[in-house]
Amino acid sequence: MSGQPAWGLTIHEARAALDAGQLTSQELTASVMARIEAVEPTLKAFVTITGDQAMEQAQRADDRIAAGEAGPLTGIPLQLKDNLSTVGIRTTCSSRMLENFVPPYDATVTARLKSAGAVLVGKGNMDEFAMGSSTENSAFFPTRNPHDPNRVPGGSSGGPAAAVSAGEALFSLGSDTGGSIRQPASLCGVVGLKPTYGLVSRYGLVAFASSLDQIGPFTRDVEDAALVLSELAGHDPRDATSIDWPMPDYASALTGDVRGLKIGVPKEYFPEGMGPGVESAVRAGIEVLAGLGAEIVEMSLPHTMHALAVYYIIAPSEASSNLARYDGVKYGYSAEAETMWEALAKTRQEGFGPEVKRRIMLGTYALSAGYYDAYYLKAQKVRTIIRSEFAEAFSEFDLLATPTSPSVAFELGAKTADPVSMYLNDIFTMPANIAGIPAISVPAGKVDGLPVGLQLMAPHLGEETLLRAAHAYERAADHDMDPSL
Amino acid sequence: MELSTHEVEQIAELAKVGMTPEEIEVMRSQMSDILDRFKALSEVDTEGVETTAHPSGVVSVLRDDVSEQGLTQSEAMSNAPRTQGEFVRVRAVLD
Repeated sequence: MSGQPAWGLTIHEARAALDAGQLTSQELTASVMARIEAVEPTLKAFVTITGDQAMEQAQRADDRIAAGEAGPLTGIPLQLKDNLSTVGIRTTCSSRMLENFVPPYDATVTARLKSAGAVLVGKGNMDEFAMGSSTENSAFFPTRNPHDPNRVPGGSSGGPAAAVSAGEALFSLGSDTGGSIRQPASLCGVVGLKPTYGLVSRYGLVAFASSLDQIGPFTRDVEDAALVLSELAGHDPRDATSIDWPMPDYASALTGDVRGLKIGVPKEYFPEGMGPGVESAVRAGIEVLAGLGAEIVEMSLPHTMHALAVYYIIAPSEASSNLARYDGVKYGYSAEAETMWEALAKTRQEGFGPEVKRRIMLGTYALSAGYYDAYYLKAQKVRTIIRSEFAEAFSEFDLLATPTSPSVAFELGAKTADPVSMYLNDIFTMPANIAGIPAISVPAGKVDGLPVGLQLMAPHLGEETLLRAAHAYERAADHDMDPSL
Repeated sequence: MELSTHEVEQIAELAKVGMTPEEIEVMRSQMSDILDRFKALSEVDTEGVETTAHPSGVVSVLRDDVSEQGLTQSEAMSNAPRTQGEFVRVRAVLD
């Protein structure tokens, strides 16, 4: 390989070089490890780096490539968000509670990527238990944005977004409960895909809000997202919400043709007070799709304004139940005390950070006797209304186009004092989780040197159309999203 | 929606999260602020609307009761903070 360093390749570029014998997985992995060594002191995108194991995996991948048994991801270095279980490698959720937790089993996505021959270089930093939008809630350290290290990478999957942007991995996996893949992808200038709820198994993903959580890829372009999704998607008997459905080959959906696609632009996603640069970049992106032959129609999703309340009742309620398992008895942090009840309260006082406690408290309140009907039950009903509103929109439109986030990356510390201002970062991404539909954030250029994301949403299991449009847009717009770092 | 200090203490007790009086006060103010944001939901007409528990549409997933190899006992106990022989050790439940 001449010119660009191997760590800067996309998956499909690296695949071509690996298969042509111009590059080995060991060279590629060594290049990525050197890049990690160079930029990690600034970025801090990793909780754990698994360099030695990665080189062993790369050697095995090279054997497999030489034997002519390579798949699309064989020999490709990746990172995993640190809430995805990896057998023998600690999985912390960036929490004191799980600081020393070493899973005895792999998540289904981990196992699938292992059998595909991908090379794990480490585990990505995140907001504790995936609760946050800036990665400042990590109990260990914040991650920095590769486009400006004084700014946040977004969250909760800030480590994966920063790592892929900066060349510390060719791809990463994150989880998206209310925007935790798409919002950091937008802020770091990479592609982030949240698949349809149930398309990718959640087995081995540390649970936050089980009816909203979904795993998906961070990549440098849309073709890579399609390649990774094809490896991840598929029914898993270990996840009872997993969809049993004939999985398509997503890469073959990327025809470049969006002529005749009808794309709705909901006016509620362009509120007053949004960063003016964000709106113009996103509107310019939508114009690009129009120029490619898509039909663009302004429309309305009036219940969008209720998504924030629905999300912040349902997600904390499910979290308060899911996180009840952290009792200091079976695994995880365990505080010293005389009796079981004292030890339980102290373990959770010392093991959880402020945002996690806030969500457990909110959820406990919303589920408690006397308030259940007014909060949780009401939110579940409004959730149905929001789902129906999307279903109705998709009877008329193939896709919806919106900004991913109302703002570009903000400075560290700018929103930590006010939880509600932090929650508002996800107002455009939460509705897709509430409805369970797929959505992607694709780079739409920069404003003052900081990336902006265009979000496309599709109906249930509409990933092929979603990826086709995102891919056509990406090729036509041809934005340079390389970070300054 | 202004929560009282007593209410927040009760929620912390239910959630089994230990908190100092200072933490309770911060939590009271922040939770009150967040709950205020939820008021708008009461204005949505949900008469006759079904609830959504999860969005994938699959229900009552069952499989045949066939045994398979799971974790070994030592794997399952490998992260337990206190063990005694083959058991997880807990602290006294009753005084």
